Amino acid sequence: MSENTQADEPTFEAAEYADGTVTYPPHTVSPNGAERVGTVDLREYEGEILTWTTSTATPPGVREPNTLAIVEFDLGDEYDGPAVRALGQIAEREDGTGETFDVDIGDRVEPVYADELREPGAGIREPESQEWDGFRFRPL
Amino acid sequence: MERVAIIGASMTPFGQRDAWVRELLAEAGAAALDDAGIDGDDLDHLYVSNMASGEFEGQTGVPNALAHDLAAQPAYTARIDQTSSSGGAGVYAAWQSVASGASDLTMLVGGEKMTHRTTSEATDVIASLTHPVEYKQGVTLPSFAGMTARLYLDEYDAPRESLGKVAVKNHKNGVDNPHAQFRKEVDLDTVLDSPIVADPLRLYDFCPITDGSAALVFCPESVAEEYVPEDEYAVVSGIGGATDTHVVHERADPTTMGGVVDSSEIAYEMAGIGPDDVDVAELHDMFTILEFLQSEDLGFFEKGEGWKAVEEGVTDRDGELPINTSGGLKSKGHPLGASGVAQVYEIYEQVTGDAGPRQVEADTGLACNVGGFGNCVTTAILEGNQ
Repeated sequence: MSENTQADEPTFEAAEYADGTVTYPPHTVSPNGAERVGTVDLREYEGEILTWTTSTATPPGVREPNTLAIVEFDLGDEYDGPAVRALGQIAEREDGTGETFDVDIGDRVEPVYADELREPGAGIREPESQEWDGFRFRPL
Repeated sequence: MERVAIIGASMTPFGQRDAWVRELLAEAGAAALDDAGIDGDDLDHLYVSNMASGEFEGQTGVPNALAHDLAAQPAYTARIDQTSSSGGAGVYAAWQSVASGASDLTMLVGGEKMTHRTTSEATDVIASLTHPVEYKQGVTLPSFAGMTARLYLDEYDAPRESLGKVAVKNHKNGVDNPHAQFRKEVDLDTVLDSPIVADPLRLYDFCPITDGSAALVFCPESVAEEYVPEDEYAVVSGIGGATDTHVVHERADPTTMGGVVDSSEIAYEMAGIGPDDVDVAELHDMFTILEFLQSEDLGFFEKGEGWKAVEEGVTDRDGELPINTSGGLKSKGHPLGASGVAQVYEIYEQVTGDAGPRQVEADTGLACNVGGFGNCVTTAILEGNQ
């Protein structure tokens, strides 16, 4: 479950639709039914913690405890669609303790890539059916 | 469209049972047939509400198994899966089968066998309903509850203790329910001092993992008295089902359950009543915070005011609007596919005057069954003939 900051890391891909809305994750159509016209890389944006929890009863293959937050991205003044949010783990401190950063509602955060968020195959979901890397959030 | 009556009901004891899913379903099914005074081969349709017998136990095909065990063939059977709201969705399917004229006699049996799994495994089976971008982060339904509770307390300036009082109230109600998993009162300090599960929520904010089954028998109201006396059946006067987003963080207001709002509007309109006409309600208190959200989204209380109703005793058994007289999922237990059926069982008992020590004055009752974290919801309204 290591983190890296390599330039070739995958994008944090949200979908943009013909009606101007953006969603994460991408869907077939927008909430209003408009078709997809492009993507937005959420790595380029900062966000704010809407709410968070620390889960102490985690499923197989998930770190314990697992601090999770719902983050609302700031896509700039020109974006006037529905809020663009993501659910993500809070990143671990870089002091070697393995503890995650302390966070609270309203804190500013940035995405940070992790090549494995939980152990594929440890839980019930078929490992090949989805990706297991993704983004955590680190306080700014 | 036929008006639909419920003429028989049963539920097994909820808790840790030796029986497996087939046996649990047969136990409740046989008791409901007996309650309605009919045999298995009288049934036109037989539905089974169940979320995950394949995942939990490796037993699929449970509707056919049940039909055989109850000698109900050649009744049409189907399994209804809508995750935690499979029971409510089964009530909808059973109501629809009779209301449409497709069946003159339908039984619904909901059941789940879970306790042979560890908490971690059972949590993962339930969490598998989430979107891949949520699942890979290790999200669980309890962690959605923790995040939503934190936001609710912050937005509406509600005290943490108010959530604990939901657990205290529902445990108190469960003492008088012979089918409940926990028949033991808890005090507020015990709730607030219990181990953290998903901060700020603690162990006593959550329902247990449970085995159990419940069943209901439906027929057209026009023939209900051929089976039972007039005061022993209830009418499904309104029912609605609705969905919200699959991805929980995409909801405009995370403290509002759109599926509860939408399904209840449909049910109220069909019944020709409003929230003020409801005398008793069973809500899906899988987590204490859900009782606040549903009581507001059903229109019982203003947004952000549900916690005050609990603080003021409005939702106590002797309050103005008793909520979860059965003990709720919190104390009664939550065998996924059975829960929505057992909610309607309690309302049926209340509006037919058969709830014993839990009885409240009720002509009209409502049951709201929530799947996922509000992803799918059904709301049913029952009226008695007392």
